[in-house]
Amino acid sequence: MDIVRITFLVGAVVLVPAALIAYVLVTDLGVRLLPPRTQPRIRPWLWILPSMLAVTVFLIYPTIATIWLSFLDKAGQTFVGLANYGEVLGDGGVLVSIRNNIFWLVGYTALVLVFGLILAVLADRVPYESAVKSLIFMPMAISFVAASVIWGFMFAYQPPGAPQTGTLNALLNLFHGSPIAWLIDHRTNNAALILVAVWVWTGFAMVITSAALKGIPEELLEAARVDGATELTVFRRIIIPLLAPTLTVIGTTLVIFALKAFDIVYVMTSGNYNTNVMALRMYQEMNNNHNNARASALAVLLLLAIVPVLVFNVRRLRFQEAIR
Amino acid sequence: MAVGAPVTAEVAAAAPRPARVEAERRRIDLGSLPLNVALVLLTAVWIVPTLALLVSSFRPRFLINTTGWWQALVPPFQFTLNNYREVLDTYSIGTAFVNSLTIAIPATVIPITIAAFAAYAFSWMRFPFRNSLFLLLVGLLAVPLQVTLIPVLQIFTRTGLTGTFLAVWLAHTGYGLPFAIYLLRNFIGALPSDLFESAEIDGAGPVTAFFRLVLPLSVPALASLAIFQFLWTWNDLLVALVYLGGSPDVAPLTVNVSNLVSSLGQGYELLTAAAFVSMALPLIVFLALQRYFVRGITAGAVKG
Repeated sequence: MDIVRITFLVGAVVLVPAALIAYVLVTDLGVRLLPPRTQPRIRPWLWILPSMLAVTVFLIYPTIATIWLSFLDKAGQTFVGLANYGEVLGDGGVLVSIRNNIFWLVGYTALVLVFGLILAVLADRVPYESAVKSLIFMPMAISFVAASVIWGFMFAYQPPGAPQTGTLNALLNLFHGSPIAWLIDHRTNNAALILVAVWVWTGFAMVITSAALKGIPEELLEAARVDGATELTVFRRIIIPLLAPTLTVIGTTLVIFALKAFDIVYVMTSGNYNTNVMALRMYQEMNNNHNNARASALAVLLLLAIVPVLVFNVRRLRFQEAIR
Repeated sequence: MAVGAPVTAEVAAAAPRPARVEAERRRIDLGSLPLNVALVLLTAVWIVPTLALLVSSFRPRFLINTTGWWQALVPPFQFTLNNYREVLDTYSIGTAFVNSLTIAIPATVIPITIAAFAAYAFSWMRFPFRNSLFLLLVGLLAVPLQVTLIPVLQIFTRTGLTGTFLAVWLAHTGYGLPFAIYLLRNFIGALPSDLFESAEIDGAGPVTAFFRLVLPLSVPALASLAIFQFLWTWNDLLVALVYLGGSPDVAPLTVNVSNLVSSLGQGYELLTAAAFVSMALPLIVFLALQRYFVRGITAGAVKG
């Protein structure tokens, strides 16, 4: 670690916050010079200014610019209307990516919610609950790149007859099945990639579901049991309906992630063998093909797919604010 | 981890159950053997992949290619540190580790500082369009990064920032802010209003109230946010890939390891070691701060 790098780090970690705090202190001194009635009108804007600036430069402006770019030609000069959209939607590879994103959307969201719910409900009934939850939640801390290496090793494939070092194919061998090239075989590869994401995210769903589960009053469950309800009935008729709002919130997070899926596919298959997804395809158009027009059109399609979730989030928040 | 939607607030809503009831519920169900078996099996399925990686990273190459990792668990034990030595010496994993730190620390500190200012203003100051601006931020939570990549890259290229750490810090700041402001506003907005009224009576201005009251009381929220943002920036691949490029001088662990996957292919003795180096710090952060993390989220308003 050279001295330049250390100076650089210290500068960023100490000087930047110091400068930001100085910004607040100095501007407030300025505000106090104003007449007392004007002060509260000016002050809030100075406090939100750094954030709004960053959000404008890195989120709002680029989103608008990308939408605009998607209507221009490859050189970014001439307006071409919807031509880019026609081009990408006429591309067989893009259609496969859209299909795969739908696989992700349905398979990943459903599996994470179901596993999270099952684990939360089961773990709630044992004394070693916190150990189980820690272990299941742990993959959330690591990168998708690391998760891809972990699972690449699980899915490792050798031709029949050779020793299978991949855990899944070794298990198949044990039951006299022939080994499967999980990541290449068209019947299994999308499911295999989705499984990696499910492995990572189940802990997230489990922890939140578990917190909501502990908020259900015990008397309610007891009353149902006294009335002769079986555990299954209690689960279906009481626990599930009461957890529904929480599961919906988790679901929206998962849907957004499913649509943005990138890292796992990039590392494990590079989108080959019919496993590509929209986010990776967009990156490839931008980075490999240097076609910003098509890349922008793909990004906008991705945004359009997310808009319903976005609207749902905003409306839910407005409702929460209203009942506050 | 990429937390993309307002979800943490729900955790805060769920109060812990009283200990007595807890004990009763457990006693009733403990006798059920199938439940315990199912749970232990599921947990085992969850940890086996990580275990396989960890064990393999200490095995010599000739064994990795011919035998399964589970065979390392029975004698003769043959373990080695060579894989780690090789990825550190030959594949610049050490540099990548330092690069990841150089990216993640400022990319955590900067947005949290700015977000704290904004969250305070959104909670306790009155100004026109306050709610609309906040709703805009919530809307931005869901915007996919892909939609920002091209214009931001053009800005960085025009200003000569492409390939520098500064570019990645700024990008992570912009991308992390909506979530940071949302989380902090939920917390700061829930502080009791008498606190601010009595501070005002005592003659404390907004600046004093922020540094003396809001910041100290928000430590749990700031800490859990710091963990979120640190893990998110440490584990990020896309932002580093696009704005830094693949040069080994600046590439973080995620970029370096993903390059190794495509160049080494089946060289699992090295891949597992490299992956484990990239996981070590997040796992330590997670294991050390897990309790604090959960408590930070569930801690409600301050008493007194």
